[in-house]
Amino acid sequence: MTATVPPATPTSGVPAEPAPAPTRGALDQDWRRLVRMGAVGAVAQIFIALSNMPVRLDERVIVKPVLSLGYLTLLIVPFAAGHRVGHQIKREGVPVHAAGAHEVAGGAACGALAGGGLSLLAVLLANFDLREPLVNWSPMLAELLAFGNETWFAVVVWLVIGTACGAAGGALRLLGPRTRRAVVTMALAVGGAAVLEPLVVDLAEGMRLEALTDRLYARRGGVNWTSGLGLAAASGILAALGRGRLQQARAHIAELEGASRTRTNGLLILATAAVLVILPLFAGKLTNELLANVGLFVLLALGLNIVVGLAGILDLGYVAFFAVGSYSAAVLTAATSPRINPELPWLVALIVVVVITGLVGLFIGAPVIRMRGDYLAIVTLGFGEIIRLIFLSDWLSGWFGGSQGITKIPGAGIFGLTDVAGTDPRRVFYLVLAFCAIAIYVSWRLERSRLGRAWMAVREDETVAEAMGINTVNVKLLAFVVGAVLGSFSGAIFSAKVGSVFPNSFLILVSIVILVVVIFGGMGNIVGVIAGSAVLIGVLGGPKQPGLLAEFSEFKLLIYGALLIWMMLARPEGLIPSVRRSRELHQQEMAQDAWLKGQVEDDNHNDGGSPKAAPAT
Amino acid sequence: MTAANGTGRGPGADAANGTSRRPLLETRDLSVDFGGLHALDRLDFEVHEGEIVSVIGPNGAGKTTLFNAITATVETSAGDILFEGSSLLGLDPNRVTARGIARTFQNVRLFANMTVLENVMVSQHCRTRQHAFGALFYTPSFRREEAEIRERAENVLSFFGSRLVGYRFDQPAFTLSYANRRRLEIARAMATQPKLILLDEPVAGMNPVESAELTGMIGRLRDEWGFAIVVIEHHMDVVREVSDRVVVLDHGTKIADGDFEDVSNDPRVIEAYLGHGATT
Repeated sequence: MTATVPPATPTSGVPAEPAPAPTRGALDQDWRRLVRMGAVGAVAQIFIALSNMPVRLDERVIVKPVLSLGYLTLLIVPFAAGHRVGHQIKREGVPVHAAGAHEVAGGAACGALAGGGLSLLAVLLANFDLREPLVNWSPMLAELLAFGNETWFAVVVWLVIGTACGAAGGALRLLGPRTRRAVVTMALAVGGAAVLEPLVVDLAEGMRLEALTDRLYARRGGVNWTSGLGLAAASGILAALGRGRLQQARAHIAELEGASRTRTNGLLILATAAVLVILPLFAGKLTNELLANVGLFVLLALGLNIVVGLAGILDLGYVAFFAVGSYSAAVLTAATSPRINPELPWLVALIVVVVITGLVGLFIGAPVIRMRGDYLAIVTLGFGEIIRLIFLSDWLSGWFGGSQGITKIPGAGIFGLTDVAGTDPRRVFYLVLAFCAIAIYVSWRLERSRLGRAWMAVREDETVAEAMGINTVNVKLLAFVVGAVLGSFSGAIFSAKVGSVFPNSFLILVSIVILVVVIFGGMGNIVGVIAGSAVLIGVLGGPKQPGLLAEFSEFKLLIYGALLIWMMLARPEGLIPSVRRSRELHQQEMAQDAWLKGQVEDDNHNDGGSPKAAPAT
Repeated sequence: MTAANGTGRGPGADAANGTSRRPLLETRDLSVDFGGLHALDRLDFEVHEGEIVSVIGPNGAGKTTLFNAITATVETSAGDILFEGSSLLGLDPNRVTARGIARTFQNVRLFANMTVLENVMVSQHCRTRQHAFGALFYTPSFRREEAEIRERAENVLSFFGSRLVGYRFDQPAFTLSYANRRRLEIARAMATQPKLILLDEPVAGMNPVESAELTGMIGRLRDEWGFAIVVIEHHMDVVREVSDRVVVLDHGTKIADGDFEDVSNDPRVIEAYLGHGATT
C-alpha cells in the first residue's frame, strides 16, 4: 500500500508461502462485510447519478463507441467494490485463504448490490418526482440509465452490469502479479490516451504527426475501439516484457550513494528540464496554456510547501500573498491603475513586489506565528479573507479599483527582449518555468541548511526546539516570508498573463486548492508537489482554469474532496512522499521492521556493514 | 567505567567547598505557583563551576519544576535566577540555552523523525550564524560552517563510544533503543555548547548495566568536557556515585543540602521519604 517497494525480488508469479494456502468454497463469504461494501457502493452509485455527473460527462468519449466518461463513473464503483471486498489482511503466522472462486463470487455479489442501487434509482425516477428536493440531475439521466429503453430494462441491465463489473473486480485478485501489472498497464494506457487526448492531438499537430492521432482518435473525440485494442495489446506486451524493470531501476537508483547518486539525479533533472524546454516548441496554444497554469500552481504550491511541509505551519490563507503579489504588480506596471501608476518595467516592479509581499508576510506573520495548531490555521484563514476584502473595499477602491479591479495590465517585458503576455502562452510558460526553477532551487537549498533543520525541529516539537536554542518565532516567521515571496512571484506572473486582476480571483478556494495540491502530491517533497499540481491542476483544472478533463469543471470540487479523503485514508503521505513524512506517518511500522531486521538493538555488534535505514522511496 | 571516575569526586569538589566564589547558577527565593499550589517555595539553590549536584526528593517535590523554571519553560512567580551573575528572568527559553544552559527531558523528547546526526546538528543552532543568504548562494563561509557543525556533531556523538556513530548517523531517532535515545538526548544537550547541563532522570528505564555505564559518563562529562551538571535522579546508587553535593526537595522547599552521607542520615529527609527508600 505504501510506496515501500522492496528491491523487487523476481517472484515467479507465486507468492512465497511456506505452506499451501487453504482454499474455500465460492459461497464461503464474509457476508456482513460483503453487504456493507455493496451498500456503500449502491449509495455511491446513486449519489454519483444524482449529481448529474454521468449525463454531463457522457459527452466525453473514452473509447468510441463503447464507453464514455459518464458511464465510466458508474462502472467504476461496482468494479472497485468487487475488488475491494476480496481484500484480506495478511497477518504473520495466520494462514491466508488462497484467491479462488470465492473472490469472483463475492465480487459479483457485491457488484450486484452496488449496481442494484442504480436499478432502485431507475424505479424511483420513473415513479416519483424527485426533482423537488434533488435538483441537480436532469431527465436525461433516466434515459441514460435505461439506454433509451423502458424502466424494467434499466433495472435488469444495471444488476447485470453491476454483477459483471464486480466479478471482474474480484477476478483481478486471481491474477498473478505479472498478469495483473499487464492488465493495469493496459487500462492505464487506454485511459491515459483518452484523458490526454487534447494534449496528444495538440502535440502531434506541432510535430506533424496528425496521421497517427487521426488513426488513434475518433473524429469527435475518444479513442477508436480498434486502435484502443491495439494500444492495450501493445502496452500489455510491453508491460509483460518489462516485468517491473522500471521499479527495479527505481530501486536501483534509490540505492545509489554518493557521487554516482548525484550524477544520476543530475542527469534526470537535466533530461526533465530538456523535455520541458523543448516540448512547448511543438505544442499549440492549448497545451502551453495548460502548462502555464500548472506552472503557476507549482510555484504557489512550492511556496506553501515551505510553510506547511517544512516548517509545519498550517496556513489556510496563502492566497493572500498571491493576491498581494498580483495587485502590487498590477499597480506598479499598469497605466490604468487608479491612484499611482509608475508604469515600471515588469522586472523592476517584481523587485518592489517581492519587498512589499515580504513586508506583508512579516506584518501578517508577526501576530499569527505565536499561535499554534488549530488557532493558527483559523487566524490565517481569516487573514486570507481580510486581504481580499481590503482589495474589494470601497475605502481603497481609489487605489485598487474595488470590484472593478485593475485592467489592461501590460505583459511582462524581460530586458526589452520579449514581452510575455497571455496572448502568447508559450512565453508565459517559459517565464513560469524559469521561476519554478528558482523556487525549486530555493526550496532545495534551504531544506539542506541550518535553517531547514531548524524548521524540521520546529515541526517535530516546538517546545523542545525552543529549549535547544532555536528562536522559533524568528525561524517560523522566516518560513512565512519565504513562502510569501514565492507566492508573490506567481501573483506577478498571473497579473501579467491574465492582463487584469479582480478581487474575486483570490477567493479562499484558491488557498484550499493549493493546500490540497500540496497534501495530495506529498507534503515536504518538491517532486511530490510538482506531481500533485500536474495531476490536479493539469487534469482536473484549477479553481478557474480548465484542465484536460474540461467536462469535470462543474464537479471539480467534489472530486477534489473525494480524492483528498481517499488519499488521507489510503496514502496519507501523498502521491510522492518525502522520506521524512512517511517516516512520521508510519513510525510504528518502520520501527517494527527495523526491529525485525535486528537493527534497533544491536549495541554489541554494530560493525556489521551499514544496513539500510528505514525502507524509503 | 567507574574506576576511571572513582567516587565521582573530581576537581569540582573543591569548588563546592569554596563558598566564597560566585556560583555559576544561583536561585534566590525562587517561587513557582500553579494556581494555589506552590510548586517551588522560596527556594535557594546554587551550582558552582565544575560541580555535579543531584536533586532528589519524593514525587511532586518540585524537581522538574526547578528545571523548567531555570530554562524558562514555566513562569516564575517570585525570586530571581542568576547565571554567571546576571538574571535569566524574562528571557525566552532559546536565549537561556544561548547563555549556556542545556537540558534533557524526563520523558525523552527527541526530534524523532530526524536522523541521529541531524538531532545533534540542529541543537547547534544558537552557536552558528549562517542564514538563508549563505544557504542560497552556497557561500564558502556557509560550506565551512556546515562542515564545522557536522564535525562537532560527530565529535559529540563519539563520546558515547560506538553506540551512536557509523551507520547510526543516518538513522531516524525513533529507531534507537531506549537507552540510546537517552544517550542521544544528552548528546543533543552537549552540542549546544553549554556551561551547565540539567539532566532529568538520565538513567530512568535503563537496565543496571546501562545505568552504571551512564553514571560513569556523567562524571566524564564534567572531567573531560568541563560542564557543571545538575541531575534529578531516583536511583540512590547513581546519586551516591556521581554527586559532589545532594539537594533534597520536598513540597517545593529545600530540606537538606550536603554530601550524600550527611543527607541520607538527615531525619527530615528520611521522614520525607516516609522512612524508607532513602538508602536503597
